[in-house]
Amino acid sequence: MNANNAGPIVSVANLCFSYGQLEALCEVTFAVEKGDYVGLVGPNGSGKTTLIKIILGLMSSGNGSVSLFGIDPLAFGDRHKLGYLPQKLTNFNPYFPATVREIVSLGLFSKKRFPKRILKGDAELIDEAMSLTGVIDIKDALIGELSGGQQQRVLVARAIVNKPELVILDEPTTALDPEARENFFQVLRELNLNKKVTIILVTHDMASIGKYASKLLYLDKKIIFYGSFENFCLSENMANYFGEFAQHLICHRHN
Amino acid sequence: MDIFAALQYSFIRRAFIVGSLVALVCSILGVLLVLRRLSLIGDGLAHVTFGSVAIGLLVKQQPSFVAIPVVVASSLGIMKLMQKARLYGDAAIGIVSSLGIAGGIIIASLSGGFNVDLFSFLFGNILSISSAEVVTSGILSVIVLSVVFLFYNEYFSTTFDEEFARISGINVRKINSLLVILTGITVVLTMKVVGIMLTSALLILPAVTALQIAKSFRNTMILSSVSGILSVITGIYSSFLLNLPTGATIVIVNFLFFITAFLSRRAMHISRH
Repeated sequence: MNANNAGPIVSVANLCFSYGQLEALCEVTFAVEKGDYVGLVGPNGSGKTTLIKIILGLMSSGNGSVSLFGIDPLAFGDRHKLGYLPQKLTNFNPYFPATVREIVSLGLFSKKRFPKRILKGDAELIDEAMSLTGVIDIKDALIGELSGGQQQRVLVARAIVNKPELVILDEPTTALDPEARENFFQVLRELNLNKKVTIILVTHDMASIGKYASKLLYLDKKIIFYGSFENFCLSENMANYFGEFAQHLICHRHN
Repeated sequence: MDIFAALQYSFIRRAFIVGSLVALVCSILGVLLVLRRLSLIGDGLAHVTFGSVAIGLLVKQQPSFVAIPVVVASSLGIMKLMQKARLYGDAAIGIVSSLGIAGGIIIASLSGGFNVDLFSFLFGNILSISSAEVVTSGILSVIVLSVVFLFYNEYFSTTFDEEFARISGINVRKINSLLVILTGITVVLTMKVVGIMLTSALLILPAVTALQIAKSFRNTMILSSVSGILSVITGIYSSFLLNLPTGATIVIVNFLFFITAFLSRRAMHISRH
């Protein structure tokens, strides 16, 4: 099914989800508009990854409704509009014999019809994504030979090579040192500001979120806060929820 | 006798043709299976082939014709066990594998035993391959190679990162089912070349040889194919010259290629540091 360009990019209404008896999400409602840069934060086990997987169509939405570009994510066909960077690669094999260039090219297959082939014109897109993420100098290196930070940048290049309208990143900076993390956030900011890419970033790094994201979504199975970082810092409810000291710490680091 | 003199014998020519085709198919599928940690699926399905051959001999039908549907169904059974019974691949393969062997032994025992026939399937006899078998192997090999070629990038994507492949719109379940079906067909094809006991060697050894020295995914596929075909040709020729069992000689040559690739990589690593 093709996407509807009007309306929010992501819309979630009254979403509840459980793993058996274990509740993961409860009455979650929010919308992400085109051009938003949403920082999705919350403690471990707060349902962040579950929410992301439902939005991506990897899991059924259970109770409630979810739409991606106006369509049920399970029926969403315009996969090239999506870019995704997972928290970690499932079953990652460090000896996998693929070059950086080959890995980045994987991001192009979502808009290709059968038989999916890399064509001459695709080389420019691959080079552009590798340049933007700073991995073009190691394009012929094997993925397993790279450091954690370099591998992460390769996966970002794979996520953006298709020029997606929405990029979802699940805790992408955990393996990065402070300098690499800063570079990484700069890349995302450039995508958001210059290429108008909508971003949903799952992270524990509250300071960076405050610095770069336009909205903060604090999740703890239900939505605790959704709005701008400034409103978060001024909110008395949040001061009561986190304690004034914690709120001050988060906002102080932001400023 | 040099290789050209050996080629004057039609049974050697047939062995080279079928051996090369089967080696090519095994080498390519082997890369995908090894990287998905499903290396032993060949072994498991070979055991099912043993059971199927026993059924074929019992009902006096061509064993390959009985084996293909049974092995393909078993390969899908392995997939279902992994998905529905929440088992890792090795456990699912172990279940299907032991069922195949157990079934074969019971059938052989009930029928009073067909020792000589079963023996030739266990250890293979590529030099006794018929023209009809050459044609069948050729057709099946072309089908398997065509499917892998057409879905090459789907296989690359799902082998590297299944979740991302699903988000890219690739039907991962269909692609994986197709892979195990192709593996089932290939295992039956391999039976005549190296025998049921050594089938997994043709799937695993060329792939792991290539993985020692490959510089890209594409390069791995090419190196694995070259290694597989060369080892089969060298193995057939050596066994003919030295009067050794052909299937076992092919496996030993494959292993020598692996050791050479492994030592080359170690030598390159040492010279770099």
